[in-house]
Amino acid sequence: MLHIKCPHCGMRSQNEFAYGGDASVKRPELNKEISDLEWDNFVYLRKSLRGKHLELWQHISGCRQWFKVQRDTATHEIFKTLKANEDI
Amino acid sequence: MSQNFRLKNIGLINRDKKISFKFNGKSYFGYEGDTIASALLANGVHLIGRSFKYHRPRGFFGSGVDEPYAIVQLYRNGESVANIKTTEQELFEGLEATSVNCWPNVNFDIGAINNFLKIFLPAGFYYKTFMWPKSFWHKVYEPFIRKAAGFGVASTKHDKERYEHKYEYCDLLVAGSGPSGLASTYAAAKNGARVILAEDKPRFGGTLLTSEVNIGNQTGKEWAESIIAELKEMPNVIIKNRSQVFGYYDHNMLVMSERISDHLPKTKKYSPKERLWYIRAKEVIISSGSIERPLIFGNNDTPGVILSSAAKEYLKVYGVLVGKKPLIFTNNDSGYETAVEFKKNGVDPVILDTRKNPKSEIINEAKNLDIDIKFSYVVVAAKGYKKVRSAEIAKISEDKKELSIIENINCDCICVSGFWTPTIHLASQSGNKTKFNKDIDAFVPGQSKQEETTVGSANGIFTLEETLKNSFDMGYELSKKITKNDNKISVPSVVEKKSTEHDKFWCVPLPKGKNYKRFLDFQNDVAVSDVEIALKEGYRSIEHVKRYTTLGMATDQGKTSNLNGLQLVSNIENKIVPEIGHTTFRPPYTPVTIGAIVGREVGKHSKPTRKSPIHKWHNESNAVFVDAGVWVRPRYYKQGNETLFEGSKREATNVRKNVGVCDVTTLGKIDIKGPDAAELLNRVYTNAWLKLPVGKARYGVMLREDGIVMDDGTTTRISENHYHMTTTTAQAANVLSHLEYYIQVVWPELNVNVVSTTEQWAGAAIAGPNSRKLLQKLFPNLDVSNEGLPFMGYTEGNLFGIFARIFRISFSGELAYEVNVGSDNGNFMWKKIIEIGKEFEIQPYGTEALSTLRIEMGHVAGSELDGRTIPYDNSLEGLVSKKKDFIGKRSLNRKAFTVEDRQKVVGVVPIDKKTSIPEGSHLVKDANAKLPNPKLGYISASCWSVEHDNPFSLAILRDGKNMIGQKLFALSPLKNKSIAVEIVSSHYVDPKGERVRS
Repeated sequence: MLHIKCPHCGMRSQNEFAYGGDASVKRPELNKEISDLEWDNFVYLRKSLRGKHLELWQHISGCRQWFKVQRDTATHEIFKTLKANEDI
Repeated sequence: MSQNFRLKNIGLINRDKKISFKFNGKSYFGYEGDTIASALLANGVHLIGRSFKYHRPRGFFGSGVDEPYAIVQLYRNGESVANIKTTEQELFEGLEATSVNCWPNVNFDIGAINNFLKIFLPAGFYYKTFMWPKSFWHKVYEPFIRKAAGFGVASTKHDKERYEHKYEYCDLLVAGSGPSGLASTYAAAKNGARVILAEDKPRFGGTLLTSEVNIGNQTGKEWAESIIAELKEMPNVIIKNRSQVFGYYDHNMLVMSERISDHLPKTKKYSPKERLWYIRAKEVIISSGSIERPLIFGNNDTPGVILSSAAKEYLKVYGVLVGKKPLIFTNNDSGYETAVEFKKNGVDPVILDTRKNPKSEIINEAKNLDIDIKFSYVVVAAKGYKKVRSAEIAKISEDKKELSIIENINCDCICVSGFWTPTIHLASQSGNKTKFNKDIDAFVPGQSKQEETTVGSANGIFTLEETLKNSFDMGYELSKKITKNDNKISVPSVVEKKSTEHDKFWCVPLPKGKNYKRFLDFQNDVAVSDVEIALKEGYRSIEHVKRYTTLGMATDQGKTSNLNGLQLVSNIENKIVPEIGHTTFRPPYTPVTIGAIVGREVGKHSKPTRKSPIHKWHNESNAVFVDAGVWVRPRYYKQGNETLFEGSKREATNVRKNVGVCDVTTLGKIDIKGPDAAELLNRVYTNAWLKLPVGKARYGVMLREDGIVMDDGTTTRISENHYHMTTTTAQAANVLSHLEYYIQVVWPELNVNVVSTTEQWAGAAIAGPNSRKLLQKLFPNLDVSNEGLPFMGYTEGNLFGIFARIFRISFSGELAYEVNVGSDNGNFMWKKIIEIGKEFEIQPYGTEALSTLRIEMGHVAGSELDGRTIPYDNSLEGLVSKKKDFIGKRSLNRKAFTVEDRQKVVGVVPIDKKTSIPEGSHLVKDANAKLPNPKLGYISASCWSVEHDNPFSLAILRDGKNMIGQKLFALSPLKNKSIAVEIVSSHYVDPKGERVRS
C-alpha cells in the first residue's frame, strides 16, 4: 500500500485516496473549434508510461482535494506531490 | 502411550501440565509447550503423512516454519483446518489431527502405487500426460488432479471465528527475535525509538535457546530472557510472539499475522482467533535468521531423516530425542553441535563429515567426548520404508565423484546439515536486489531499495560476536536517525566456539547400478532426476525449470529446496549459481489463513450499510427491504400475505388514485455555493442554467467527456448564489468527485464550491392526486395552489415548528412534492405525513412501486442511463443545448452517435397483454431465425402497468423512433421465453405530462 503525502493533510495511506489519471492532459477550452483527432486524443488516448509519471489523485476519504503526484510507475517511488494548481 | 523418547532433565516445556491429544484417532499425551511434532516424536511416532506425488511416507524434517512435509488436518472447536504444520501448531487439550494425502490411512495408502509408477510421473508430467484426448480434460483429468492436489480439505462451513485487522505505525519494526533481533530492538528502544518486535514462534530468543554460548556473564538463554523481560516493561516497545511478518510491501508497509488463539482449545470471548497487522514502519530490521540446508542422498525423504538443527531444537527445547542411534551427516561444523548434545544426554551418535580433515574447537570437543567421526564420508542412501532402519554409507573421493567402501550402518535417524541459507524473503520482497555470497554459497541482501536493513545470519553473518556488535550498532544508528537521541548501549562480551569452513558439497552421487530417488523438494516430490530431465529437454531459465518441475512451488516456497536446486542446475550447466539467479520471492512468506486476510469484512460487514433516519418506522411497518447500493431501502410494505407483486401493485395504484409517500432520503444531495455556481451548472449540464430564477427547480442531464450520460437529477436555486443539486442514489459519490475535479483542476478560476449534503437532509416524496390537499394540511400557512407553487417551483415552510424545503418535482408522473427536513427530524416529518395523510387514504410506497410508476411514465433511470447511452437514446435530446458548450458536447458529433437508425428508448407491450417480459430480453424480428439471431435492442426495465393493468417494459431499440407500432419478439434464453410484443411510445401514461402540472 502506497504512502502518499497529501499537500493539504500530510502522509496518509493509499486507501484514503482515489487515482485520477494522467495529470498532464489538458482539457480543450470551452467553445473552441477543435478537430476530431484532437478531441479523440483528449478523450481516449493516454500514454502508459514506464517510469516517472505525473498523475492526479483525490484525497477522497480526507480533504477531498485533487492534487498531483509524481510517481515512478515501475517502482512506485513518489518523488513529489503538488497542489492541483502547482506545476512541477 | 509412554513417552519413550522424552528426556527427563532438559527442555523448556511445562512438565507439570500434561496435555492429551489424538492423532489419526489414537490418543497420546504431551506437555504444555509442546508442538504436535515434538509430542509425537516424544512418543516415537515418525510417520505423519504421505507425499504429494508419489505418496511416499513422510516424517518430520524441520522444527518450525521451514517444515516441508509434516502437515496435518486439524480439528479444533468443531472446525476443521487444512495445511497445519505440526512443527508450528502448539498442543492444546483435546487437540485432534489427522494425516493428509493418504487413503484409506497413513500406514496403508493406495496412492502409494504412484511410487511404483513414478517412471510415468516425471518432471512436467502434467503438461505431457493430460494433453489428449482433449475431451478427457473436463471429465477425467481435471477432477482427478483436483482430488490429488493440495494438503487436506478446506472446510465448506461458515467460519464462526473472529479475525481482526489492526493498523500500526512505528519507528522500527524488527522481524525475528533471535540474537540479532533482540540486540537491535534493545539498542533502538533504549534510544527512544518506538519499536515493534515480532517473533514467529511462541518463545522469544531464536538460536539463543539452543546454542551453547555466553553473553556477558550469562548463558545465551538467560541473556535473551533478561532482555525480553526488560523490553516488555518499556512503553515504547510492542513485542509479539506467535506473530509472523509475512509480507513486505510498498513504502515500508509490512503485514504480520498474529496467531492469538490457535494454541488454545477455544478462542476466548471478546478475543479474535487471529489478527492481521498492517505496519507502516519508518525503518525495518530483518533479523529472520537462516534455515539449515539439507544434504541430498538416496531416499533422503525417509521418515527419520531430519535437519540437524531441528534435532537439536527437539532435544534442547522439548527434551525429545529424534532417535537413539543417530547418524549425523554434515558438511560443516553445525552437525557437531547436535552430536555433542546427543552425547551429553547419553546417546552415542556417529558423525559422517564430507570434509577431509577439518579443525576447529567444536570438532575437538566432539573428539574429546569420544564421538565416532568418519571424515570424507557420506550417506549414500537411507534404508527403511516408513522409518530409517539403517544407512548405506561410503567413503568419497577428494573430487567428490567416486564412492568406495560402501557399507551398511545401523541407525534410527539421520541428522543432516548442509550449512545455512539466510532467510532473505522479506528483503527480496521489498525490492532488494540480492547478491550471491561465495563464502557461504548463498544469496544475501544487497543494496536496500526501501528502508530495510538485514542483520545477523539472515545477512550471512554466522558468528554471535559479529552479529551482536552489528545489530547493536544498527539498532542505535537507525533509531538515532529517527529520534535524534544519542543513547548508545555498550555491546556485551561473547564466548562462543569458533567454527571452520564448510564443504561446498551437497549432492551425493549415485553408486554404480543404483537408482535411488534423491529428493530436492520434499513437499512437491521433486527429485534430482526431474531437474536433470528438465535441463535435458532444453529448459534453461531457472524460472522455467521451477515451473516445469514445480521445484520450490509448494506451500513451503522452497525454504529448504531452492538453493540445492540452484546448485544442481549450476553444476549440470557448468555455471556458477549467481549466473543462474534465484526465483522471485513473493508474499506471503508462509501460508496465511483467508480468515485473517478478510478480517471483519464478512457477511453484512463486507460493505457499509446506510439507513435512512426513517428506517425504524419502515421496519415496524412491515417493510421488506432491498439493498440499493450501500443503502437499505423498503421494497414494499407487506400487508398480510401479500407477495411483492401484489404489494407493489397496491402501493402504485394508490399513488395514481389517492396519495402515497416514499422515503427518498437516499438521493444524493450536493450543496453548490458561490458567484459562479450558475456558470458551473451551465458547463456540467447539457441544458441552459444561467437564467434559472431563484425559487425554481430544473431537470438536468450531465455527460461524461465521451458523450455518455453520467447522471440526471433536479437542481434548485435556493437563493442568488446557492443551489441544491440532487443526483441518483447510485451516482452520488461519482458526481461529487466529478464536480470537484472540474472546480479544482480544470476550471479553478470559477468561484464556487460544492459539498455533499446527502446525510444532512431527510426526504419524503408525496405523490398522487391528493398530494396538494395533504401538503396544504401540513403547511396551513403556505400558498400551495398551482399558481402559488407551480410545477418545478420551490418554497420553504414551517412543518409544525421545523424548517422544511418543499420542491414541486415528480418522479412518478403524478402531481407530487418532495419535502426535505434536517435528518434528525426525518422521522417526525414522516410520522406527521402518515398521520395527517390518513384522511386522504395515504399509503407508504417502496422502491418497487417507485419503479413501476416511473417505468410506465417513460421516465428514464439507472437501467437506461447505464453508461452506454447518450441523451438521444433516452429521448432527452430536447435538453441538449445547441448554443452553449458543456462537458461531453464535442463527443455528441461522433458518427456512431448521429447515425439515422440510432437506438432510442421505446415502450414494449406483450401482444397477449399477460406475459411479463424479463428484463434483459433481446428484441428480434424473427423468433425462430438461425443463430446468432440479429439483435435489435434489449429490455431495460419491466413492470406491471397499474394504469393499464397489463405488463409494460422499456427498451433501448435500434431506430426506435421509426419502430412504434412494429411487432417484434422478446427472447429470453435464460428464462426460455419467446414473447410476441408490440412497440409503443415510452410514455405509456399521461403522454402530455398534464398531471404533474395540474
